[in-house]
Amino acid sequence: MLNLLFFYFAAVIVISALFVIIKRNAFHSAVALLVTLIHIAGIFVLLNAEFLAAVQILVYAGAILVMIIFVLMFLNVTQRYRMFNRQKFIAFLMGIILIGEVLYVITRSAIKGPKGDFTIAKILSEGNTQAIGRILYTDYLFPFEVASLILLVAMIGAIVLAKKEI
Amino acid sequence: MVPLHYYLILAAILFIIGMIGVLVRRNFLTVLMSIELMLNAVNINFVAFAHYMDSINGRIYVFFIMTVAAAEAAIGLAILISTYRNTGTTFVDEISSLKG
Repeated sequence: MLNLLFFYFAAVIVISALFVIIKRNAFHSAVALLVTLIHIAGIFVLLNAEFLAAVQILVYAGAILVMIIFVLMFLNVTQRYRMFNRQKFIAFLMGIILIGEVLYVITRSAIKGPKGDFTIAKILSEGNTQAIGRILYTDYLFPFEVASLILLVAMIGAIVLAKKEI
Repeated sequence: MVPLHYYLILAAILFIIGMIGVLVRRNFLTVLMSIELMLNAVNINFVAFAHYMDSINGRIYVFFIMTVAAAEAAIGLAILISTYRNTGTTFVDEISSLKG
């Protein structure tokens, strides 16, 4: 059952990601991106990361996608234009070569490493959100503060860049 | 239980699709969407490794990557609006005034 769900999510992710890059209308691309992001949240649920799935839907499908569609409505993008750059053939070729290399390496490698101490049973007994929150506010306190500073810089930068005259 | 390799292959395919999108598309908005695809592929890798290695650090890093992705989307769209106001185009190969 879980295998079937994984293959469903993976197939929808790949097909809708292809739609993102081959659709001429940017709004169609945005809707395909929405489908991709929601199915990635499904992959997170399969991997026992329910909190991240909720954040994925809130931040990506909620905030970022709404922002993209909002800007799309501002700009008057014409429908009749050349879709691809001049380097499209060599880019497709490089992509196919690269995916062949990566698949070769992944399928032939055995991934080993020391296991951590957060097993599924421990996370489930403590609660997913509680486990992430406890680690985030103890071990990762300084990166958390830096992330808040990044958000502040992004907010000020977006206002300064998009304003007509300061 | 699905093996770890399947998740890695899915993330690799998603990353390469995003990379091709960045390289071939002319519309600035679609390029930004392709960058989001690449960031999501990285997130899938982090969460899959965190699940199979019984670790929680990967999940925390996904949280930070989402923060940076939100900041990147906001700045990118602001740059897009600014260039559209100054040059009147949203195609990346027509914004070439630095080329001389």
